Amino acid sequence: MSSELKVPTMAELFAAGQQPEVLFWVGCAGSFDDRAKKITKAFVKLLHRAKVSFAVLGTEESCSGDPAKRAGNEFLFQMQAVTNIEVMNAYAVKKVVTACPHCFNTIKNEYPGLGGNYEVVHHTQFLKQLVADGRIRLEGGRFKGKRITYHDPCYLGRANDIYEAPRELIKKLDAELVEMKNCRKKGLCCGAGGAQMFKEPEKGDKDINVERTEQALETRPEVIAAACPFCNTMMTDGVKNKEKEAAVAVMDIAELLAQAEDL
Amino acid sequence: MEYLPNILFGIVLIAGIGFFARNVKRLSKSIKLGKDIDLSDNKPLRWKNMARIALGQTKMVVRPIAGILHIIVYLGFIIINIEVLEIIIDGILGTHRVFSPLGVLYDVLIAAFEILAVLVIVGILAFWVRRNIIRLQRFIKPEMKGWPKRDANLILYFELILMGLFLVMNAADYQLQLKGAAHYVQAGSFPVSQFLAPLFQGMSIGDLILVERSAWWLHIMGILFFLNYLYYSKHLHILLAFPNTYYGNLRPKGQFRNLEAVTKEVKLMMDPSADPFAAPAEDAPVPDKFGASDVMDLSWVQLLNAYTCTECGRCTSECPANQTGKKLSPRKIMMDTRDRLEEVEKNIRLNKGTFVADGKQLLGDYISHEELWACTSCNACVEACPISIDPLSIIMDMRQYLVMEQSAAPSDLNNMMGNIENNGAPWPFNQMDRLNWTNES
Repeated sequence: MSSELKVPTMAELFAAGQQPEVLFWVGCAGSFDDRAKKITKAFVKLLHRAKVSFAVLGTEESCSGDPAKRAGNEFLFQMQAVTNIEVMNAYAVKKVVTACPHCFNTIKNEYPGLGGNYEVVHHTQFLKQLVADGRIRLEGGRFKGKRITYHDPCYLGRANDIYEAPRELIKKLDAELVEMKNCRKKGLCCGAGGAQMFKEPEKGDKDINVERTEQALETRPEVIAAACPFCNTMMTDGVKNKEKEAAVAVMDIAELLAQAEDL
Repeated sequence: MEYLPNILFGIVLIAGIGFFARNVKRLSKSIKLGKDIDLSDNKPLRWKNMARIALGQTKMVVRPIAGILHIIVYLGFIIINIEVLEIIIDGILGTHRVFSPLGVLYDVLIAAFEILAVLVIVGILAFWVRRNIIRLQRFIKPEMKGWPKRDANLILYFELILMGLFLVMNAADYQLQLKGAAHYVQAGSFPVSQFLAPLFQGMSIGDLILVERSAWWLHIMGILFFLNYLYYSKHLHILLAFPNTYYGNLRPKGQFRNLEAVTKEVKLMMDPSADPFAAPAEDAPVPDKFGASDVMDLSWVQLLNAYTCTECGRCTSECPANQTGKKLSPRKIMMDTRDRLEEVEKNIRLNKGTFVADGKQLLGDYISHEELWACTSCNACVEACPISIDPLSIIMDMRQYLVMEQSAAPSDLNNMMGNIENNGAPWPFNQMDRLNWTNES
């Protein structure tokens, strides 16, 4: 497999007088975090497989502002938002897809009030559509019968009422989807939201990601599926904390699909 | 002398309702201390939400045991209130069972009230057991010590007494009807209270009338008392759940408000033609304070939320921070907001309409920094509330004050924000490296 992925940027396409079907908003985790970069690559491979015309902003992308806003820094959030909106509007972006529920929520819900109006979809919604359109076929039986439990990211689930797209994709893999005792509307947070990812937790008797991982492990899964780079980190740490990393994998929905497609 | 009971009744009724009106006025004044927010949009959806969530109790049954018990007590109280209407008319006019000409319908109504009264008693007993014997986690959290616990039990005792009085009244009435006492029309059917007959064995008509009248008077006075107790208790939800669900959030839960005051400044900063040294316009209003440190900084909906909270603790029991032993309890956020609001309201009232600084505020004196920083903004509390209260919005407003007015964020978060400011990512990576992942194996 080649180590270099062909990823066009908006600037390149713009220079060639082209407009992609969709902007892939990579996000900070997807760009810089070693674990999350694998998710980004898996998603890009799927986009190529489905022959989606897409581009990224590359070095013109900047933090969506979500962690600043949840931390209480509305100034910094709006500075980030307005900057990003200027860039996206300059490229006349119509549709945005992202693998990060935090970027998704912010761009979808909080950018319109600041002049950024786009059709924003989460990568699980986008992939579901690609599968429905037959652009991704999912013929491999790699996950057939495997027990997979799905962790609802707060900013995808409760925040935006998206519960089914990721689940439908797992079912498409012929895997056995097992639910945790807290799922969908009652899903328990992984502990990363509200800028907690970037600070030590407050004093307590347990870490939230450990609590959530215990709920996941109760379902005796082979894979804990996530749909958020931060949830992925928290659950991966939780599984390590429980010393189960040899038996239980934490994977993004995009990674599951990419593996099933042998990408 | 003949009209003495009617006059007495009129006085009791006017006093009870008058006092209640005074409390409603105070309540509405308190809520208006909050900042204005325009929620006049989308009326059809708002009415629908109110009908579905408050009237239809759809979110109560998410927890089936408490939900079904609550629906029984709720229906009981609403339906039995038809009886209160009759009592009030009887009291004013000196009639007895004025609705009795309804005939069979009246029999059915009274029978339904009695059966509901028994179900309500069962519900109340179950609630009492859950709080005091089983001691469910969410009822014994630290913020439930003292008055909140007593308040909850007092409400159950009131309701129990009211239902008991209602049944005793009917039972005595039925005996009087059997004995053919004057004034006691043959009306109603008494599927429950007829079995209370042994209580009245050997009583004369005079004694029975005494029992029936006492129960009747205590029942109506109890209801008026209860009505006025609401303002001092967590039980205001029986009224405020309706406006609160009407004004509930209609946006996606993940969408937090963008502060307009900030937008203005950001736009100015981003405008290359703006003069950075320009003096502010003469009539420019004093800039808003960013975020909230006290109740007056919150919106009136957030204050309405605080009065509406009945301290059921579903929010707290779903809160990931609380579940893992952190100090944060979304219910306590609401209780603190209300306690402080009542303190401010009293301050203003005693100082003839102006607030005299009392050296206290919601932030710090009621809600600690530690609580605010424990929140993951996961919306579990918002989802859990059966009547559309939003504790998260208060937490976020107070974080804004801490960060934008006081620069009092935890140092890790300051680092994160510094990184975003300098290189456009929460970690110290260069923005120019954002595409490096494409050529890493």
